Amino acid sequence: MNELSLADRTAIAASAPTGRPFSIVPILRLGVLLIVAAIVLVPLLATALGGLRDLGDLRANAFGLPKNWLWGNYWDILASARYWRLLGNSLVIASLTVVLTLTLASLAAFAFAHLRFFGDRFLLNYLMIGMMFPAATAILPIFIKVRNLGLLDTAWGVVLPQVAFGLGMAILLLRNAFKQLPSELLDAALVDGCGYVRYFLLVTLPLSLPILATVAIVAFVGSWNNYLLPLILLNSDLNFPWPLGLMAYQGEYSTAWQLVLAFITLTILPAILMFLLAQKYIVSGLTAGAVKG
Amino acid sequence: MAFAAQAKRSAPLARSNWVTALVFLPPALAVFTIFVIMPVGEAAWYSLYNWDGYGTPSQFYGLRNYVSVLTNASFLKALLNNGWIILASLVVQLPLALGLALYLAGRQIGTTTFRLIFFLPYILADVAAGLIWRFVFDGDYGLVSAISQSLGGQPVYMLAERNLAEIAVLVVIVWKYFGFHMMLYIAGLQGIDATLYEAARMDGAGAWQRFRYVTLPQLAPMIRLSVFFSVIGSLQFFDMIVPLTGGGPFNSTHTMVSFLYSFGIMRMRVGFGSAVGVILFCICVAFAFGYKRWIMRDE
Repeated sequence: MNELSLADRTAIAASAPTGRPFSIVPILRLGVLLIVAAIVLVPLLATALGGLRDLGDLRANAFGLPKNWLWGNYWDILASARYWRLLGNSLVIASLTVVLTLTLASLAAFAFAHLRFFGDRFLLNYLMIGMMFPAATAILPIFIKVRNLGLLDTAWGVVLPQVAFGLGMAILLLRNAFKQLPSELLDAALVDGCGYVRYFLLVTLPLSLPILATVAIVAFVGSWNNYLLPLILLNSDLNFPWPLGLMAYQGEYSTAWQLVLAFITLTILPAILMFLLAQKYIVSGLTAGAVKG
Repeated sequence: MAFAAQAKRSAPLARSNWVTALVFLPPALAVFTIFVIMPVGEAAWYSLYNWDGYGTPSQFYGLRNYVSVLTNASFLKALLNNGWIILASLVVQLPLALGLALYLAGRQIGTTTFRLIFFLPYILADVAAGLIWRFVFDGDYGLVSAISQSLGGQPVYMLAERNLAEIAVLVVIVWKYFGFHMMLYIAGLQGIDATLYEAARMDGAGAWQRFRYVTLPQLAPMIRLSVFFSVIGSLQFFDMIVPLTGGGPFNSTHTMVSFLYSFGIMRMRVGFGSAVGVILFCICVAFAFGYKRWIMRDE
């Protein structure tokens, strides 16, 4: 019964409206959607409100509004250097990751899209190997390598392996997009004496901004939320990105849930704001990145 | 015309082709080789030694690390948990995501808002999502306990009890990831040719038949892709375990990667940890190859 109505909805959604009257189905549909939305949102709202309570209120009154709105919980965090340092560190690591990924991947993708050279197929397949397994499989050797390079506890120590593991997908996305640019453009440019490098900088890149944005979004979000690599490769609080800083804060204030909740709310706020401001790009970037990669 | 251009290009530029490639490719190849390929090779090498990570590995262990990993009860439990996560992704998350996608593929009022709400958990870091749900499941301050008590029950300490903690982890995973898969299905549904439904309707197909014979086959490539992401994501699942349960109680909620973290990295047992990494590597690569070979043949 349930499946019937589901199927009916798609059939209707995907074809022109038939004008057939429905009485109960839209209400059922709305009910299901509202329940799921509540399950998604209630933990988030309870977290944000929990940050405004005192501990007793949190214990006695999980679902109501705060008895006293303790904005001080939030202000104290916002006024602390610690909070801004965490966000700043995350921003530095994510920005370096995006810039390096775009640079390395677009150069390589250009070569694979437009040049024929000995071993091109083999090298492309080689770079795709990294898409099959996570960094966790080689995390100990990565730690030892980064330590031996003297990059432990530095932003670059996190950025380089992060970029390396994202390269395969970035190159694949960019190569497929570069290949779709009209080949007459390249032919004309080469005949006119424009070299590959100038063509890459002046034609390929400006014409590929949407796919470059997709790759940048995937790299940025991945880096912003990354936990395992920084956890292994950074050890001083001063260099922590926000996920590590959040766990450290929770460890320090584990008996004061209301402060932890305020801290969670404030650390996820940048991601939520970015998401609300650029929802279209973020949703399509993350899904297109997955589908086309 | 295109053919002439092709011929013109390949002859005089054949040499500049590989000279240019020598400029464009090495940076990516170097970073990839140093930070992906070499570490995998080194993991295989280190896994044959008993080593604390300082100096060079010298105490050769043969396959003993693999034997101790594969006979470790906590590792086997972690492997089983990865299996449960895959199962929950396929049996709970996938139908949920597909059902919601069917609801939200059209252009009715409010669909965009619901899509955004459902996608929201996906953009949150696993660590934050894990902590939020640690609060939700907290026996003293959490929402689940509050609901239980308001119904006249006892406080519930979800994360302190083995079976409940395992279920709690699965709940959070579905909460975090269903929206992403829903978006994949919506993209797939929007790509289905509407005339197929017209034709099916003219042939007298009912709603179920239209779903079964038009929607499902047309959506199959996206379903295969979504299953692929679910399995790969489940195999490497780690970030959320740390804030949620830390692998406890009694090592009952570890995944392979959190086991690797707790027993290999924290104790700097490089050989043992590398053996776990190699096992995970083999599972991931075998799955990826097998899946591409047998399931995603045409894509």
